[in-house]
Amino acid sequence: MELSGLFFYFVSFLTMAGIYAVICLALNIQWGFGGLFNAGIAGFYAIGAYSAAIITSTAASNNVGGFQQSIFVGMAVAAVIAGLVGWGIARLCVSLKSDYLAMATIGIAEIIRLIIVNEEWLTNGSLGVSNIPRPFEGVFKGQTAEIVFVLFVWMIVLLTYFISHRLHKSPWGRALRAIRDNEDAAESIGKDTHSFRTQTFVIGAIFMALAGALSAHYFKYFSPDATEPILITFLAWVMLIAGGSGNNKGAIAGALIVWAIWSMTEILTGFLPSEWATRSSYMRMLLIGLFLQFVLQRYRSGLLPERAPKLDKLRRS
Amino acid sequence: MIQLENVSKRFGGLTAVHNCSFSIPTGQITGVIGPNGAGKTTVFNMIAGLLQPSSGQIFLDGEDITSLPAHKRQSKGLYRTFQLAHEFSRMTVVENLMVAADSSIGENVFNAIFRPSIFQKHEHAAYDKAMETLRFLEIEKLQDELAGNLSGGQKKLLELGRTLMQTPKVILLDEIGAGVNRSLLSKIAVKIQQLNDDFGYTFCLIEHDLDYVSRLCDEVVVLAQATVLTTGTIDKIKRDERVVEAYFGGGKYEGAHA
Ligand SMILES: Nc1ncnc2c1ncn2[C@@H]1O[C@H](COP(=O)(O)OP(=O)(O)OP(=O)(O)O)[C@@H](O)[C@H]1O
Ligand SMILES: [Mg+2]
Repeated sequence: MELSGLFFYFVSFLTMAGIYAVICLALNIQWGFGGLFNAGIAGFYAIGAYSAAIITSTAASNNVGGFQQSIFVGMAVAAVIAGLVGWGIARLCVSLKSDYLAMATIGIAEIIRLIIVNEEWLTNGSLGVSNIPRPFEGVFKGQTAEIVFVLFVWMIVLLTYFISHRLHKSPWGRALRAIRDNEDAAESIGKDTHSFRTQTFVIGAIFMALAGALSAHYFKYFSPDATEPILITFLAWVMLIAGGSGNNKGAIAGALIVWAIWSMTEILTGFLPSEWATRSSYMRMLLIGLFLQFVLQRYRSGLLPERAPKLDKLRRS
Repeated sequence: MIQLENVSKRFGGLTAVHNCSFSIPTGQITGVIGPNGAGKTTVFNMIAGLLQPSSGQIFLDGEDITSLPAHKRQSKGLYRTFQLAHEFSRMTVVENLMVAADSSIGENVFNAIFRPSIFQKHEHAAYDKAMETLRFLEIEKLQDELAGNLSGGQKKLLELGRTLMQTPKVILLDEIGAGVNRSLLSKIAVKIQQLNDDFGYTFCLIEHDLDYVSRLCDEVVVLAQATVLTTGTIDKIKRDERVVEAYFGGGKYEGAHA
Protein backbone atom coordinates (compact mmCIF):
# COMPACT_ATOMS: atom_id res chain seq x y z
CA MET A 1 0.00 0.00 0.00
CA GLU A 2 2.73 2.40 1.05
CA LEU A 3 4.71 1.34 -1.95
CA SER A 4 1.93 1.79 -4.49
CA GLY A 5 1.13 5.18 -2.98
CA LEU A 6 4.75 6.17 -3.57
CA PHE A 7 4.61 4.75 -7.07
CA PHE A 8 1.60 6.82 -7.99
CA TYR A 9 3.13 9.89 -6.44
CA PHE A 10 6.02 9.25 -8.80
CA VAL A 11 3.63 8.81 -11.74
CA SER A 12 1.99 12.16 -11.05
CA PHE A 13 5.41 13.74 -10.64
CA LEU A 14 6.50 12.38 -14.01
CA THR A 15 3.30 13.58 -15.65
CA MET A 16 3.81 17.16 -14.57
CA ALA A 17 7.54 17.05 -15.25
CA GLY A 18 6.75 15.79 -18.75
CA ILE A 19 4.35 18.67 -19.38
CA TYR A 20 7.06 21.08 -18.23
CA ALA A 21 9.60 19.30 -20.40
CA VAL A 22 7.48 20.14 -23.46
CA ILE A 23 7.35 23.80 -22.39
CA CYS A 24 11.11 23.82 -21.80
CA LEU A 25 11.87 22.27 -25.17
CA ALA A 26 9.66 24.92 -26.78
CA LEU A 27 11.42 27.67 -24.85
CA ASN A 28 14.74 26.16 -25.82
CA ILE A 29 13.85 26.51 -29.50
CA GLN A 30 12.88 30.13 -28.92
CA TRP A 31 15.59 31.22 -26.52
CA GLY A 32 18.31 28.56 -26.69
CA PHE A 33 18.50 28.44 -30.47
CA GLY A 34 16.81 31.68 -31.48
CA GLY A 35 17.66 34.11 -28.69
CA LEU A 36 14.01 35.18 -28.44
CA PHE A 37 13.19 36.30 -24.92
CA ASN A 38 9.63 35.05 -24.48
CA ALA A 39 8.40 36.11 -21.06
CA GLY A 40 4.79 35.32 -21.91
CA ILE A 41 4.92 31.52 -21.94
CA ALA A 42 1.87 31.33 -19.69
CA GLY A 43 -0.20 33.05 -22.38
CA PHE A 44 0.45 30.38 -25.01
CA TYR A 45 0.05 27.65 -22.44
CA ALA A 46 -3.36 29.11 -21.54
CA ILE A 47 -4.41 29.37 -25.18
CA GLY A 48 -3.58 25.70 -25.65
CA ALA A 49 -5.28 24.58 -22.47
CA TYR A 50 -8.49 26.50 -23.11
CA SER A 51 -8.67 25.61 -26.80
CA ALA A 52 -8.33 21.93 -26.00
CA ALA A 53 -10.69 22.18 -23.03
CA ILE A 54 -13.47 23.92 -24.96
CA ILE A 55 -13.17 21.69 -28.02
CA THR A 56 -13.13 18.40 -26.14
CA SER A 57 -15.33 19.05 -23.07
CA THR A 58 -18.27 16.70 -22.84
CA ALA A 59 -20.69 19.24 -21.42
CA ALA A 60 -20.50 22.98 -20.90
CA SER A 61 -21.96 24.98 -18.05
CA ASN A 62 -22.36 28.62 -19.01
CA ASN A 63 -19.85 28.98 -21.79
CA VAL A 64 -19.51 27.62 -25.29
CA GLY A 65 -18.42 24.01 -25.30
CA GLY A 66 -19.74 20.51 -25.15
CA PHE A 67 -18.40 19.86 -28.62
CA GLN A 68 -17.16 16.44 -27.49
CA GLN A 69 -14.40 16.36 -30.07
CA SER A 70 -11.58 13.86 -29.79
CA ILE A 71 -8.44 14.79 -27.91
CA PHE A 72 -6.41 14.80 -31.09
CA VAL A 73 -8.75 17.28 -32.71
CA GLY A 74 -8.49 19.38 -29.55
CA MET A 75 -4.69 19.35 -29.67
CA ALA A 76 -4.68 20.19 -33.36
CA VAL A 77 -7.01 23.14 -32.77
CA ALA A 78 -4.89 24.28 -29.81
CA ALA A 79 -1.78 24.15 -31.99
CA VAL A 80 -3.39 26.05 -34.84
CA ILE A 81 -4.81 28.80 -32.64
CA ALA A 82 -1.57 29.25 -30.71
CA GLY A 83 0.37 29.20 -33.96
CA LEU A 84 -1.82 31.93 -35.43
CA VAL A 85 -1.65 34.09 -32.30
CA GLY A 86 2.10 33.52 -32.14
CA TRP A 87 2.44 34.48 -35.78
CA GLY A 88 0.53 37.72 -35.24
CA ILE A 89 2.63 38.63 -32.23
CA ALA A 90 5.83 37.66 -33.98
CA ARG A 91 5.04 39.86 -36.98
CA LEU A 92 4.82 42.82 -34.64
CA CYS A 93 7.39 42.13 -31.95
CA VAL A 94 9.96 39.64 -33.07
CA SER A 95 12.45 42.20 -34.32
CA LEU A 96 12.53 43.94 -30.96
CA LYS A 97 15.74 43.66 -28.98
CA SER A 98 15.45 40.92 -26.43
CA ASP A 99 14.57 42.98 -23.36
CA TYR A 100 11.84 44.79 -25.28
CA LEU A 101 10.53 41.52 -26.61
CA ALA A 102 10.34 40.30 -23.03
CA MET A 103 8.25 43.28 -22.02
CA ALA A 104 5.98 42.94 -25.03
CA THR A 105 5.36 39.24 -24.37
CA ILE A 106 4.66 39.83 -20.68
CA GLY A 107 2.04 42.35 -21.73
CA ILE A 108 0.51 40.04 -24.29
CA ALA A 109 0.31 37.16 -21.81
CA GLU A 110 -1.46 39.47 -19.38
CA ILE A 111 -3.95 40.48 -22.09
CA ILE A 112 -4.65 36.82 -22.80
CA ARG A 113 -5.16 36.22 -19.11
CA LEU A 114 -7.59 39.14 -18.81
CA ILE A 115 -9.57 37.87 -21.77
CA ILE A 116 -9.79 34.44 -20.17
CA VAL A 117 -10.96 35.84 -16.85
CA ASN A 118 -13.46 38.27 -18.33
CA GLU A 119 -14.95 36.62 -21.42
CA GLU A 120 -17.24 34.30 -19.53
CA TRP A 121 -19.21 33.21 -22.58
CA LEU A 122 -16.01 31.66 -23.90
CA THR A 123 -14.11 30.43 -20.87
CA ASN A 124 -16.60 30.45 -18.00
CA GLY A 125 -14.44 33.13 -16.35
CA SER A 126 -12.81 32.41 -13.05
CA LEU A 127 -14.94 29.31 -12.53
CA GLY A 128 -13.06 27.56 -15.30
CA VAL A 129 -13.91 24.81 -17.76
CA SER A 130 -14.79 21.36 -16.44
CA ASN A 131 -15.76 18.00 -17.94
CA ILE A 132 -12.51 17.79 -19.87
CA PRO A 133 -11.81 14.20 -20.95
CA ARG A 134 -8.58 12.24 -20.72
CA PRO A 135 -7.19 10.25 -23.61
CA PHE A 136 -8.42 6.62 -23.78
CA GLU A 137 -10.69 7.23 -20.82
CA GLY A 138 -13.23 4.73 -22.05
CA VAL A 139 -10.66 1.94 -22.21
CA PHE A 140 -8.55 2.42 -19.12
CA LYS A 141 -9.89 3.12 -15.65
CA GLY A 142 -8.51 4.15 -12.29
CA GLN A 143 -4.82 3.74 -11.71
CA THR A 144 -4.14 2.22 -15.10
CA ALA A 145 -5.44 5.45 -16.58
CA GLU A 146 -2.79 7.39 -14.67
CA ILE A 147 -0.08 5.20 -16.17
CA VAL A 148 -1.56 5.48 -19.65
CA PHE A 149 -1.64 9.24 -19.32
CA VAL A 150 1.95 9.58 -18.20
CA LEU A 151 2.98 7.46 -21.19
CA PHE A 152 0.91 9.69 -23.44
CA VAL A 153 2.61 12.79 -22.03
CA TRP A 154 6.08 11.36 -22.51
CA MET A 155 5.26 10.37 -26.06
CA ILE A 156 4.56 14.03 -26.71
CA VAL A 157 7.83 14.90 -24.95
CA LEU A 158 9.69 12.51 -27.25
CA LEU A 159 7.96 13.91 -30.30
CA THR A 160 8.87 17.46 -29.27
CA TYR A 161 12.43 16.37 -28.57
CA PHE A 162 12.69 14.66 -31.94
CA ILE A 163 11.47 17.72 -33.82
CA SER A 164 13.68 20.06 -31.83
CA HIS A 165 16.68 17.81 -32.39
CA ARG A 166 16.10 17.75 -36.15
CA LEU A 167 15.72 21.52 -36.19
CA HIS A 168 18.89 21.97 -34.18
CA LYS A 169 21.14 19.97 -36.45
CA SER A 170 19.69 21.24 -39.73
CA PRO A 171 20.86 24.26 -41.73
CA TRP A 172 17.67 25.91 -40.46
CA GLY A 173 18.91 25.62 -36.88
CA ARG A 174 22.38 26.73 -37.86
CA ALA A 175 21.07 29.86 -39.52
CA LEU A 176 18.90 30.52 -36.49
CA ARG A 177 21.83 30.24 -34.10
CA ALA A 178 23.83 32.56 -36.33
CA ILE A 179 21.02 35.11 -36.11
CA ARG A 180 20.99 34.69 -32.34
CA ASP A 181 24.73 35.32 -32.16
CA ASN A 182 24.92 38.23 -34.58
CA GLU A 183 21.98 39.60 -36.44
CA ASP A 184 23.90 41.99 -38.71
CA ALA A 185 26.38 39.36 -39.81
CA ALA A 186 23.55 36.91 -40.46
CA GLU A 187 21.83 39.47 -42.66
CA SER A 188 25.08 40.06 -44.52
CA ILE A 189 25.22 36.38 -45.51
CA GLY A 190 21.66 36.48 -46.76
CA LYS A 191 19.62 35.22 -43.81
CA ASP A 192 16.16 36.71 -43.57
CA THR A 193 16.33 37.27 -39.84
CA HIS A 194 12.74 38.43 -39.49
CA SER A 195 11.39 35.35 -41.21
CA PHE A 196 13.53 32.92 -39.19
CA ARG A 197 12.53 34.55 -35.94
CA THR A 198 8.87 34.52 -36.84
CA GLN A 199 9.04 30.79 -37.63
CA THR A 200 10.86 30.16 -34.37
CA PHE A 201 8.35 32.06 -32.32
CA VAL A 202 5.44 30.22 -33.95
CA ILE A 203 6.99 26.78 -33.45
CA GLY A 204 7.65 27.54 -29.79
CA ALA A 205 4.12 28.88 -29.31
CA ILE A 206 2.65 25.69 -30.77
CA PHE A 207 4.50 23.40 -28.38
CA MET A 208 3.73 25.62 -25.40
CA ALA A 209 0.07 25.30 -26.36
CA LEU A 210 0.38 21.52 -26.63
CA ALA A 211 1.75 21.48 -23.10
CA GLY A 212 -1.25 23.54 -22.02
CA ALA A 213 -3.60 21.09 -23.72
CA LEU A 214 -1.92 18.17 -21.94
CA SER A 215 -2.38 19.81 -18.57
CA ALA A 216 -6.07 20.53 -19.28
CA HIS A 217 -6.59 16.84 -19.99
CA TYR A 218 -4.60 15.86 -16.94
CA PHE A 219 -6.52 18.04 -14.49
CA LYS A 220 -9.84 17.46 -16.30
CA TYR A 221 -10.71 20.93 -15.13
CA PHE A 222 -8.98 24.15 -16.06
CA SER A 223 -9.30 27.59 -14.50
CA PRO A 224 -7.28 30.81 -14.77
CA ASP A 225 -5.43 29.87 -11.55
CA ALA A 226 -3.51 27.24 -13.50
CA THR A 227 -2.00 29.88 -15.80
CA GLU A 228 -0.15 31.82 -13.09
CA PRO A 229 3.03 33.26 -14.67
CA ILE A 230 4.96 32.20 -11.57
CA LEU A 231 3.88 28.63 -12.06
CA ILE A 232 4.47 28.49 -15.80
CA THR A 233 6.74 31.22 -17.14
CA PHE A 234 9.03 31.59 -14.15
CA LEU A 235 9.47 27.87 -13.54
CA ALA A 236 10.05 27.13 -17.22
CA TRP A 237 12.80 29.74 -17.39
CA VAL A 238 14.49 28.38 -14.27
CA MET A 239 14.28 24.87 -15.72
CA LEU A 240 15.86 25.84 -19.03
CA ILE A 241 18.62 28.00 -17.58
CA ALA A 242 19.52 25.43 -14.92
CA GLY A 243 19.27 22.49 -17.33
CA GLY A 244 21.28 24.14 -20.10
CA SER A 245 19.96 26.66 -22.59
CA GLY A 246 20.61 25.53 -26.15
CA ASN A 247 20.64 21.85 -25.22
CA ASN A 248 17.50 19.75 -25.74
CA LYS A 249 18.54 17.13 -23.20
CA GLY A 250 19.34 19.93 -20.80
CA ALA A 251 15.83 21.30 -21.22
CA ILE A 252 14.33 17.95 -20.25
CA ALA A 253 16.78 17.42 -17.39
CA GLY A 254 16.03 20.90 -16.07
CA ALA A 255 12.30 20.21 -16.13
CA LEU A 256 12.75 16.96 -14.17
CA ILE A 257 15.12 18.39 -11.57
CA VAL A 258 13.38 21.69 -10.95
CA TRP A 259 9.97 20.05 -10.82
CA ALA A 260 11.35 17.56 -8.31
CA ILE A 261 12.61 20.39 -6.13
CA TRP A 262 9.42 22.34 -6.54
CA SER A 263 7.37 19.30 -5.47
CA MET A 264 9.62 18.67 -2.49
CA THR A 265 9.38 22.25 -1.32
CA GLU A 266 5.63 21.70 -1.14
CA ILE A 267 6.21 18.92 1.36
CA LEU A 268 8.71 21.07 3.26
CA THR A 269 6.47 24.08 3.50
CA GLY A 270 3.74 21.77 4.79
CA PHE A 271 5.75 21.52 8.01
CA LEU A 272 5.78 25.28 8.51
CA PRO A 273 3.74 26.76 11.34
CA SER A 274 0.26 27.74 10.22
CA GLU A 275 0.85 31.49 10.36
CA TRP A 276 3.52 30.97 7.67
CA ALA A 277 1.30 28.90 5.44
CA THR A 278 0.04 31.86 3.43
CA ARG A 279 3.60 32.74 2.59
CA SER A 280 4.60 29.26 1.54
CA SER A 281 4.55 29.94 -2.18
CA TYR A 282 7.05 32.77 -1.70
CA MET A 283 9.24 30.46 0.33
CA ARG A 284 9.16 27.95 -2.48
CA MET A 285 10.16 30.55 -5.01
CA LEU A 286 12.99 31.63 -2.79
CA LEU A 287 14.25 28.06 -2.60
CA ILE A 288 14.05 27.68 -6.39
CA GLY A 289 15.93 30.94 -6.78
CA LEU A 290 18.65 29.69 -4.43
CA PHE A 291 18.86 26.47 -6.41
CA LEU A 292 19.38 28.40 -9.64
CA GLN A 293 22.11 30.46 -7.98
CA PHE A 294 23.79 27.30 -6.80
CA VAL A 295 23.69 25.67 -10.23
CA LEU A 296 24.93 28.73 -12.10
CA GLN A 297 27.83 29.23 -9.68
CA ARG A 298 29.08 25.81 -10.58
CA TYR A 299 27.86 25.35 -14.12
CA ARG A 300 27.80 28.67 -15.89
CA SER A 301 25.96 27.40 -18.94
CA GLY A 302 23.65 25.04 -17.07
CA LEU A 303 24.01 21.39 -16.19
CA LEU A 304 24.17 20.27 -19.83
CA PRO A 305 25.66 23.16 -21.81
CA GLU A 306 24.97 23.87 -25.45
CA ARG A 307 26.89 21.69 -27.86
CA ALA A 308 27.35 22.13 -31.58
CA PRO A 309 25.67 19.43 -33.67
CA LYS A 310 28.02 16.59 -34.57
CA LEU A 311 29.59 16.79 -37.99
CA ASP A 312 31.07 13.27 -38.00
CA LYS A 313 28.98 12.17 -40.95
CA LEU A 314 30.37 14.99 -43.03
CA ARG A 315 33.96 14.34 -41.99
CA ARG A 316 34.02 10.85 -43.43
CA SER A 317 34.51 12.12 -46.95
CA MET B 1 29.63 48.22 -60.73
CA ILE B 2 28.39 49.97 -57.63
CA GLN B 3 27.48 53.61 -57.87
CA LEU B 4 26.71 56.04 -55.09
CA GLU B 5 24.85 59.17 -56.04
CA ASN B 6 24.70 62.03 -53.57
CA VAL B 7 24.44 59.64 -50.66
CA SER B 8 24.10 61.21 -47.21
CA LYS B 9 23.65 59.74 -43.78
CA ARG B 10 22.69 61.70 -40.71
CA PHE B 11 22.58 60.33 -37.17
CA GLY B 12 20.43 62.85 -35.37
CA GLY B 13 22.45 66.05 -35.55
CA LEU B 14 25.62 64.38 -36.79
CA THR B 15 26.24 64.09 -40.51
CA ALA B 16 28.39 61.00 -40.94
CA VAL B 17 28.27 61.00 -44.73
CA HIS B 18 27.47 64.04 -46.82
CA ASN B 19 26.57 64.03 -50.53
CA CYS B 20 28.99 61.28 -51.47
CA SER B 21 29.19 60.18 -55.09
CA PHE B 22 31.70 57.65 -56.34
CA SER B 23 31.73 54.28 -58.03
CA ILE B 24 33.31 50.91 -57.49
CA PRO B 25 34.06 49.67 -61.02
CA THR B 26 33.49 46.02 -61.87
CA GLY B 27 36.55 43.83 -61.86
CA GLN B 28 38.72 46.34 -60.08
CA ILE B 29 40.10 46.67 -56.60
CA THR B 30 39.07 50.01 -55.18
CA GLY B 31 40.48 51.41 -51.98
CA VAL B 32 38.72 53.69 -49.53
CA ILE B 33 40.97 55.67 -47.22
CA GLY B 34 40.46 58.53 -44.83
CA PRO B 35 41.00 59.57 -41.23
CA ASN B 36 39.15 58.03 -38.31
CA GLY B 37 35.51 59.00 -38.27
CA ALA B 38 35.54 60.11 -41.91
CA GLY B 39 32.48 57.99 -42.65
CA LYS B 40 34.07 55.01 -44.41
CA THR B 41 32.31 52.30 -42.42
CA THR B 42 29.03 54.17 -42.65
CA VAL B 43 29.35 54.14 -46.45
CA PHE B 44 29.94 50.37 -46.36
CA ASN B 45 26.94 49.88 -44.12
CA MET B 46 24.77 51.70 -46.62
CA ILE B 47 26.10 49.75 -49.59
CA ALA B 48 25.51 46.51 -47.67
CA GLY B 49 22.00 47.55 -46.64
CA LEU B 50 22.58 47.66 -42.92
CA LEU B 51 21.87 51.39 -42.87
CA GLN B 52 19.41 53.31 -45.00
CA PRO B 53 20.81 56.50 -46.54
CA SER B 54 19.09 59.67 -45.36
CA SER B 55 19.16 60.76 -48.97
CA GLY B 56 20.74 59.73 -52.25
CA GLN B 57 20.77 56.48 -54.19
CA ILE B 58 22.89 53.38 -54.52
CA PHE B 59 23.04 51.31 -57.71
CA LEU B 60 24.35 47.83 -58.33
CA ASP B 61 24.92 47.19 -62.04
CA GLY B 62 22.41 49.90 -62.85
CA GLU B 63 19.73 48.58 -60.51
CA ASP B 64 18.60 50.84 -57.68
CA ILE B 65 19.25 48.88 -54.47
CA THR B 66 18.94 51.81 -52.08
CA SER B 67 16.10 50.30 -50.08
CA LEU B 68 16.73 46.60 -50.71
CA PRO B 69 16.92 44.71 -47.38
CA ALA B 70 20.43 43.65 -46.39
CA HIS B 71 19.73 39.92 -46.62
CA LYS B 72 18.59 40.25 -50.23
CA ARG B 73 21.86 41.82 -51.36
CA GLN B 74 23.83 38.66 -50.75
CA SER B 75 21.94 36.86 -53.51
CA LYS B 76 23.03 39.65 -55.83
CA GLY B 77 26.61 38.74 -55.06
CA LEU B 78 27.30 41.52 -52.59
CA TYR B 79 29.36 40.46 -49.56
CA ARG B 80 31.05 42.37 -46.78
CA THR B 81 33.23 41.97 -43.72
CA PHE B 82 32.92 44.03 -40.57
CA GLN B 83 35.52 46.30 -39.04
CA LEU B 84 34.78 44.93 -35.58
CA ALA B 85 34.63 41.17 -35.94
CA HIS B 86 31.05 39.93 -36.17
CA GLU B 87 31.64 36.26 -35.54
CA PHE B 88 28.88 33.86 -34.54
CA SER B 89 30.41 33.47 -31.12
CA ARG B 90 28.62 30.40 -29.76
CA MET B 91 29.06 28.43 -32.96
CA THR B 92 32.15 26.51 -33.98
CA VAL B 93 34.58 27.89 -36.51
CA VAL B 94 33.56 25.43 -39.20
CA GLU B 95 29.89 26.16 -38.55
CA ASN B 96 30.61 29.88 -38.92
CA LEU B 97 31.62 29.18 -42.49
CA MET B 98 29.05 26.48 -43.27
CA VAL B 99 26.26 28.83 -42.34
CA ALA B 100 27.41 31.12 -45.14
CA ALA B 101 27.15 28.35 -47.74
CA ASP B 102 24.11 27.95 -49.94
CA SER B 103 21.82 25.85 -47.74
CA SER B 104 18.45 27.12 -48.87
CA ILE B 105 16.90 23.63 -49.07
CA GLY B 106 17.91 22.79 -45.52
CA GLU B 107 16.83 26.18 -44.30
CA ASN B 108 13.26 25.32 -45.15
CA VAL B 109 11.70 24.34 -41.85
CA PHE B 110 9.65 21.46 -43.27
CA ASN B 111 12.67 19.93 -44.94
CA ALA B 112 14.61 20.40 -41.71
CA ILE B 113 12.07 18.40 -39.72
CA PHE B 114 10.70 15.85 -42.19
CA ARG B 115 13.21 15.39 -45.00
CA PRO B 116 16.74 15.79 -43.69
CA SER B 117 18.08 13.36 -46.28
CA ILE B 118 17.45 15.74 -49.17
CA PHE B 119 20.02 18.27 -48.03
CA GLN B 120 22.79 15.88 -47.01
CA LYS B 121 24.60 16.39 -50.29
CA HIS B 122 24.58 20.14 -49.75
CA GLU B 123 25.87 19.63 -46.22
CA HIS B 124 28.81 17.63 -47.53
CA ALA B 125 29.58 20.33 -50.07
CA ALA B 126 29.27 23.07 -47.45
CA TYR B 127 31.58 21.21 -45.08
CA ASP B 128 34.20 20.56 -47.74
CA LYS B 129 34.12 24.16 -48.90
CA ALA B 130 34.37 25.38 -45.31
CA MET B 131 37.41 23.17 -44.65
CA GLU B 132 39.07 24.29 -47.85
CA THR B 133 38.57 27.91 -46.83
CA LEU B 134 39.86 27.26 -43.31
CA ARG B 135 42.96 25.63 -44.72
CA PHE B 136 43.60 28.64 -46.91
CA LEU B 137 43.23 30.92 -43.91
CA GLU B 138 45.54 28.59 -41.93
CA ILE B 139 43.02 28.13 -39.13
CA GLU B 140 41.79 24.65 -39.97
CA LYS B 141 43.05 23.34 -36.64
CA LEU B 142 40.52 25.57 -34.93
CA GLN B 143 37.56 24.08 -36.78
CA ASP B 144 35.81 22.81 -33.65
CA GLU B 145 36.67 25.77 -31.45
CA LEU B 146 33.90 28.22 -30.58
CA ALA B 147 34.35 31.32 -32.70
CA GLY B 148 33.95 33.50 -29.61
CA ASN B 149 37.21 32.06 -28.27
CA LEU B 150 39.31 33.08 -31.27
CA SER B 151 41.81 35.92 -31.17
CA GLY B 152 40.98 39.23 -32.79
CA GLY B 153 43.00 38.51 -35.91
CA GLN B 154 41.59 35.01 -36.26
CA LYS B 155 38.08 36.43 -36.10
CA LYS B 156 38.91 38.79 -38.95
CA LEU B 157 40.09 35.83 -41.00
CA LEU B 158 36.82 34.07 -40.30
CA GLU B 159 35.00 37.16 -41.58
CA LEU B 160 36.97 36.98 -44.79
CA GLY B 161 36.28 33.26 -45.08
CA ARG B 162 32.57 33.86 -44.83
CA THR B 163 32.60 35.99 -47.97
CA LEU B 164 34.30 33.21 -49.92
CA MET B 165 31.78 30.45 -49.24
CA GLN B 166 29.67 31.22 -52.30
CA THR B 167 30.32 33.03 -55.58
CA PRO B 168 30.53 36.71 -54.80
CA LYS B 169 30.55 39.49 -57.33
CA VAL B 170 31.53 42.34 -55.05
CA ILE B 171 33.33 41.99 -51.73
CA LEU B 172 33.57 44.91 -49.32
CA LEU B 173 36.43 44.50 -46.86
CA ASP B 174 36.42 46.82 -43.85
CA GLU B 175 39.98 46.94 -42.49
CA ILE B 176 40.55 43.26 -43.08
CA GLY B 177 44.20 43.74 -42.19
CA ALA B 178 43.71 45.24 -38.75
CA GLY B 179 45.17 42.81 -36.25
CA VAL B 180 46.28 40.21 -38.79
CA ASN B 181 49.94 39.24 -38.84
CA ARG B 182 52.04 40.51 -41.72
CA SER B 183 52.88 37.26 -43.48
CA LEU B 184 49.27 36.15 -43.52
CA LEU B 185 48.26 39.63 -44.59
CA SER B 186 50.44 39.47 -47.66
CA LYS B 187 49.08 36.02 -48.33
CA ILE B 188 45.60 37.52 -48.21
CA ALA B 189 46.74 40.23 -50.60
CA VAL B 190 47.91 37.57 -53.01
CA LYS B 191 44.56 35.81 -52.67
CA ILE B 192 42.61 39.01 -53.27
CA GLN B 193 44.71 39.70 -56.34
CA GLN B 194 44.20 36.16 -57.54
CA LEU B 195 40.42 36.18 -57.01
CA ASN B 196 40.34 39.46 -58.85
CA ASP B 197 42.49 38.25 -61.76
CA ASP B 198 41.06 34.75 -62.16
CA PHE B 199 37.39 35.23 -61.36
CA GLY B 200 36.96 38.95 -61.85
CA TYR B 201 35.62 39.51 -58.35
CA THR B 202 35.24 43.20 -57.59
CA PHE B 203 36.80 44.36 -54.33
CA CYS B 204 36.43 47.47 -52.31
CA LEU B 205 38.61 47.76 -49.24
CA ILE B 206 38.86 50.21 -46.42
CA GLU B 207 42.42 50.24 -45.17
CA HIS B 208 44.63 52.53 -43.13
CA ASP B 209 47.87 50.90 -44.28
CA LEU B 210 48.76 52.87 -47.40
CA ASP B 211 51.40 50.41 -48.52
CA TYR B 212 48.79 47.72 -48.58
CA VAL B 213 46.44 49.98 -50.50
CA SER B 214 49.07 50.93 -53.07
CA ARG B 215 49.99 47.31 -53.52
CA LEU B 216 46.45 46.20 -54.32
CA CYS B 217 44.25 49.04 -55.45
CA ASP B 218 43.65 50.42 -58.90
CA GLU B 219 41.70 53.44 -57.76
CA VAL B 220 41.44 55.08 -54.38
CA VAL B 221 38.58 57.10 -52.88
CA VAL B 222 39.59 59.51 -50.16
CA LEU B 223 36.94 60.36 -47.60
CA ALA B 224 37.43 63.16 -45.12
CA GLN B 225 34.92 64.82 -42.86
CA ALA B 226 31.99 62.98 -44.36
CA THR B 227 32.70 63.93 -47.96
CA VAL B 228 34.69 62.58 -50.89
CA LEU B 229 37.85 64.61 -50.89
CA THR B 230 39.20 63.18 -54.11
CA THR B 231 39.50 59.99 -56.14
CA GLY B 232 42.23 58.69 -58.37
CA THR B 233 45.27 56.43 -58.57
CA ILE B 234 47.38 56.01 -55.47
CA ASP B 235 50.23 58.04 -56.93
CA LYS B 236 47.96 60.92 -57.76
CA ILE B 237 46.45 60.75 -54.27
CA LYS B 238 49.81 60.82 -52.57
CA ARG B 239 50.77 64.00 -54.35
CA ASP B 240 47.50 65.74 -53.50
CA GLU B 241 48.14 68.58 -51.04
CA ARG B 242 44.68 68.33 -49.48
CA VAL B 243 45.04 64.61 -48.91
CA VAL B 244 48.38 65.06 -47.27
CA GLU B 245 46.86 67.73 -45.08
CA ALA B 246 43.66 65.89 -44.18
CA TYR B 247 44.92 62.40 -43.93
CA PHE B 248 48.58 62.35 -43.18
CA GLY B 249 48.43 65.30 -40.83
CA GLY B 250 51.10 67.27 -42.66
CA GLY B 251 53.24 64.37 -43.81
CA LYS B 252 53.65 62.60 -40.51
CA TYR B 253 52.59 59.36 -42.10
CA GLU B 254 55.82 57.75 -43.26
CA GLY B 255 54.15 55.66 -45.92
CA ALA B 256 53.21 58.85 -47.70
CA HIS B 257 56.76 59.25 -48.83
CA ALA B 258 57.41 55.62 -49.53
N1 LIG C 1 25.10 54.14 -35.63
C1 LIG C 1 25.64 55.37 -35.44
N2 LIG C 1 25.01 56.26 -34.65
C2 LIG C 1 25.53 57.49 -34.46
N3 LIG C 1 26.68 57.91 -35.01
C3 LIG C 1 27.36 57.05 -35.78
C4 LIG C 1 26.87 55.73 -36.04
N4 LIG C 1 27.75 55.11 -36.86
C5 LIG C 1 28.74 56.00 -37.09
N5 LIG C 1 28.50 57.16 -36.46
C6 LIG C 1 29.35 58.37 -36.51
O1 LIG C 1 29.61 58.62 -37.86
C7 LIG C 1 30.95 59.08 -38.03
C8 LIG C 1 31.64 58.23 -39.05
O2 LIG C 1 31.83 56.94 -38.53
P1 LIG C 1 32.46 55.74 -39.36
O3 LIG C 1 32.41 54.54 -38.52
O4 LIG C 1 31.82 55.67 -40.68
O5 LIG C 1 33.97 56.22 -39.51
P2 LIG C 1 35.19 55.49 -40.22
O6 LIG C 1 35.61 56.35 -41.34
O7 LIG C 1 34.86 54.09 -40.53
O8 LIG C 1 36.30 55.58 -39.08
P3 LIG C 1 37.43 54.52 -38.64
O9 LIG C 1 38.58 54.68 -39.55
O10 LIG C 1 37.78 54.93 -37.25
O11 LIG C 1 36.82 53.17 -38.69
C9 LIG C 1 31.58 59.03 -36.66
O12 LIG C 1 31.58 60.34 -36.14
C10 LIG C 1 30.69 58.15 -35.85
O13 LIG C 1 30.65 58.55 -34.51
MG1 LIG D 1 35.49 52.28 -39.91
